[in-house]
Amino acid sequence: MSLIKQFTKGFFRENPTLVLLIGMCPTLATTTSALNGLGMGIATAFVLTCSNVVISLLSDYIPDKVRIPSFIVIIASFVTMVDLVMQAYVPGLYETLGIFIPLIVVNCIVLARAEAFASKNKVLPSFLDGLGMGLGFTMALGILGTIREILGSGSVFGYKFIKGDGILVFILAPGAFIALGYLIAFINKIRKA
Amino acid sequence: MEYIIIIISAILVNNIVLAQFLGVCPFLGVSNKINTSFGMAGAVTFVMVLATVVTYLIYKYILIKLGIAFMQTISYILVIATLVQMVEIILKKISQPLYQALGIFLPLITTNCAVLGITLLVIKKNYNLLEGVVYSAATAIGFGLALVILAGIREQLDLLNVPEGMKGAPISLVVAGILALAFMGFSGIVR
Repeated sequence: MSLIKQFTKGFFRENPTLVLLIGMCPTLATTTSALNGLGMGIATAFVLTCSNVVISLLSDYIPDKVRIPSFIVIIASFVTMVDLVMQAYVPGLYETLGIFIPLIVVNCIVLARAEAFASKNKVLPSFLDGLGMGLGFTMALGILGTIREILGSGSVFGYKFIKGDGILVFILAPGAFIALGYLIAFINKIRKA
Repeated sequence: MEYIIIIISAILVNNIVLAQFLGVCPFLGVSNKINTSFGMAGAVTFVMVLATVVTYLIYKYILIKLGIAFMQTISYILVIATLVQMVEIILKKISQPLYQALGIFLPLITTNCAVLGITLLVIKKNYNLLEGVVYSAATAIGFGLALVILAGIREQLDLLNVPEGMKGAPISLVVAGILALAFMGFSGIVR
């Protein structure tokens, strides 16, 4: 029962982006379309799950004083792997996400889960926690990307269903801030109700 | 001339927070008061320029020489973390007032994606060392500018009657959006 809870808490109750408000930079920058948002989310979820598993396995061997640098090195190794794999297999998406792939290293979500959860728990709960948090992050990015794509270019996943150009500003930088602001306000409203 | 273009572009046209979305966390986190945002801006400027110089030299003379450019991300983040720690220790020893002013912000900078982002962008844009330094200093000034403006607006916001659900982060994000809209007016100055 508690294992299921570890997995599902990232989706809504402790959703990293919409409730805890961490990892804002990639959320704002990569959600110009639903597909870009999902791509970034999946890349982060992969790093988060792998680093959580490895850190929970190694936590007994890592001295307490150097734990943060050690975590960062583990995370950075997985980020480098994702970076190289994406460069090779999905060059288009890699080009769009650009600098935000290496910047997964400094995404607060990954280090926060390593420090707060994986270093204190066994492998299976850590795996589920990482996967759940990662998918929750992916979901938030997907939702925001879909909203911005509908408003900005009148399409979903590239399928156009509204004629014309849409409200261009939602694809650009200001739209990201405004759309996320209202999305968080909406989530706050649901949580309080 | 080239340097002026880099400076204007980095501060106004491609503002790091409002156009490139780097460093949004401190942008929202420490923009409650104008004083603290000045402190944060100072600390970021200091670390960003220093980190650009050190990572540039490491990239050019170690990573490229040894053919291990793929180690860029790992080595950069370690260098930045060490640098921040070192700056903190040195400041504490030599300048107590400066340490008091910047001290609490320094540890936060390690995970500020703006610093790692800029060091990566300097390599990506093929700048030489001097251009890189100018670019990173201008970017940090742009970060400070956005931070101080938002802090000023948020201080006024405390006096207003904001709807319950919009309080805190949502209203700040909307304000930042309008600010970004205003900064879009600068686009087109520099190609």
